[in-house]
Amino acid sequence: MNLQNITLVSFGYFEKDFLEKIAEAVKNEFRCPVSIKEGHIDLSDFYDPARRQYNGNTLLKQVDSLSFPGSAKTLGLFNVDLFIPILTFIFGQAFLGGQTAIASLHRFSNEHYGMISDDRFLLDRSRKEVIHELGHTLGLIHCHTPTCVMRSSTYVEDIDQKDQHLCSNCRANLEL
Amino acid sequence: MAKKISILIVDDEESVRDSLLNWFIEDGFRVECAENAKKALTMLESDQFDIILADIKMPGMDGLEMLKRIKSLKRDSIVIMMTAFATVDTAVKALKDGAFDYVTKPFDPDDLTHLIRNATKQISLADENESLKKKVISLENVEDLIGNSEAMKNVLREVESVAQTNSSVIITGESGTGKELVARAIHSNSPRKFFPFVSVHCGALTESLLESELFGHEKGAFTGAMYNRKGRFEMADSGSIFLDEIATISTKMQVELLRVLESKTFIRVGGNKEISSDFRVICATNKDLKSMVEKGTFREDLFYRLNVVNIHIPPLRERIEDIPLLVDYFINKYCTSMNRAPVAIDQSALKRLQEFNFPGNIRELENMIERAIVVGNGKKIGLKDLPLEKTMVNPAAESLDDFEKSFIQQILDKYGWNISRAAKALKVDRVTLYHKIKKYDLKPADQ
Repeated sequence: MNLQNITLVSFGYFEKDFLEKIAEAVKNEFRCPVSIKEGHIDLSDFYDPARRQYNGNTLLKQVDSLSFPGSAKTLGLFNVDLFIPILTFIFGQAFLGGQTAIASLHRFSNEHYGMISDDRFLLDRSRKEVIHELGHTLGLIHCHTPTCVMRSSTYVEDIDQKDQHLCSNCRANLEL
Repeated sequence: MAKKISILIVDDEESVRDSLLNWFIEDGFRVECAENAKKALTMLESDQFDIILADIKMPGMDGLEMLKRIKSLKRDSIVIMMTAFATVDTAVKALKDGAFDYVTKPFDPDDLTHLIRNATKQISLADENESLKKKVISLENVEDLIGNSEAMKNVLREVESVAQTNSSVIITGESGTGKELVARAIHSNSPRKFFPFVSVHCGALTESLLESELFGHEKGAFTGAMYNRKGRFEMADSGSIFLDEIATISTKMQVELLRVLESKTFIRVGGNKEISSDFRVICATNKDLKSMVEKGTFREDLFYRLNVVNIHIPPLRERIEDIPLLVDYFINKYCTSMNRAPVAIDQSALKRLQEFNFPGNIRELENMIERAIVVGNGKKIGLKDLPLEKTMVNPAAESLDDFEKSFIQQILDKYGWNISRAAKALKVDRVTLYHKIKKYDLKPADQ
């Protein structure tokens, strides 16, 4: 696989150091340049007052419609609670084999689950989710290898269980 | 490679369809969508889907009506109903109408994962069940009835035509002709093939034991009845019951049996509750039931109730052209089960088998071949490996002298004309044996 460039676009406030650590992990995993950009979307258009959450489907389409020159794959990073109409929440989603993905850090902090804050968990979960969604944009489907980052995760505990790397099969599928 | 599961999503809301489509595609499923029930039913006519996820509230035909139509097309379809307005009534109705599960929108991602995992497990169990059924069919095939003779072809034709009906059958034929095999072939080719085939050897049981065996008994019905026990008629529900040696049952049992056959209901021994069972009766006998009816030893009404169809299996001596086929079949069977290389049979041995009377019919031939494989040299079955001389019945013997001549000849051949060993086997002295050889002008077989 010869990927030109991946762009991480932050929609909301994230510390520079935090974004760079994620970008570094993405770069190492997919062996391609990763750039960080800042994006602006009026999130109120995507807010569902009945659910008090943000619609992931429409947000994904919105990010996809934005232009990021030179970017082969784009991932929009959010810090709001995402949902899709059929599910109570999602961590992120992507166009399978497409160009765009989104991920939210909202449910990755320990505080969200009433636990003591620990930034290491937040960073670790965020890295895995970003790589997972970008994997979908590269055409990877969910993997059954327990430690593979492409394994389906519906709870943060599932994310904690898996590794931040692709398994050998998924790597082979991407010809990495 | 694992089969790719296909999912059809039926929902009038585009956002729901898109959400589910994206979710399932990421899991590697083949996914299609339909915006209404009518389109879904059209798609189902031309395509197969393993799982159908359908909304209950849709304009036009609703999900519950669609569920009924899908079930009428394919009874084992897995349909999961979704609704945003859950009520106990609709949930109960959906499940009663055959829905696999019922979920309320929006659902937890983990619930959706579990739901699909359960459905795929159900699909793989159904597939496994189907393949096991196919294996059972191949085990119980009519091909187990070996024979190319016109007589056997007639039997096979009768088996095939009677199998599809529910009629009672009496199979007649000498002992060892394969009456139970024919009964199994009728069962395994009938619509009842996936239900039990229950075999009862009436001749082996006393009247009271047979009664308890057929009808079952309640705890304490008699000494030793420590538990409730189902009878064979109960076990054969939806299947077939095979009553072997039906001619041996007592007059009292004949009355009981007639009543059960007419009402398909019975009461367990010591019980008072009437039990009903839907079974097909196949009987077998080596006796002439009609003459027993004439003599008054078998009830005429029971005879006519059982004898709706009669299949007669000819004895082996009347279809000697089947012997080479049967020999090959038994050689293969026993060499495989004993994990030995297939053996051949000597032409003279085969010829001798075709000349033999076989009072024990196919069972006797099978035992002979099994013995020959066990005691033989592992390469070829020869005359010496076949215990033909041990059979005391000789069709050619019309007098005691004929029988004595034939018997002494067989013993002498067996011991290679060693007079001392043959005399010892016959329990006579050597002089007597010489006298007999001279009297009957006996000579070694190869002279």
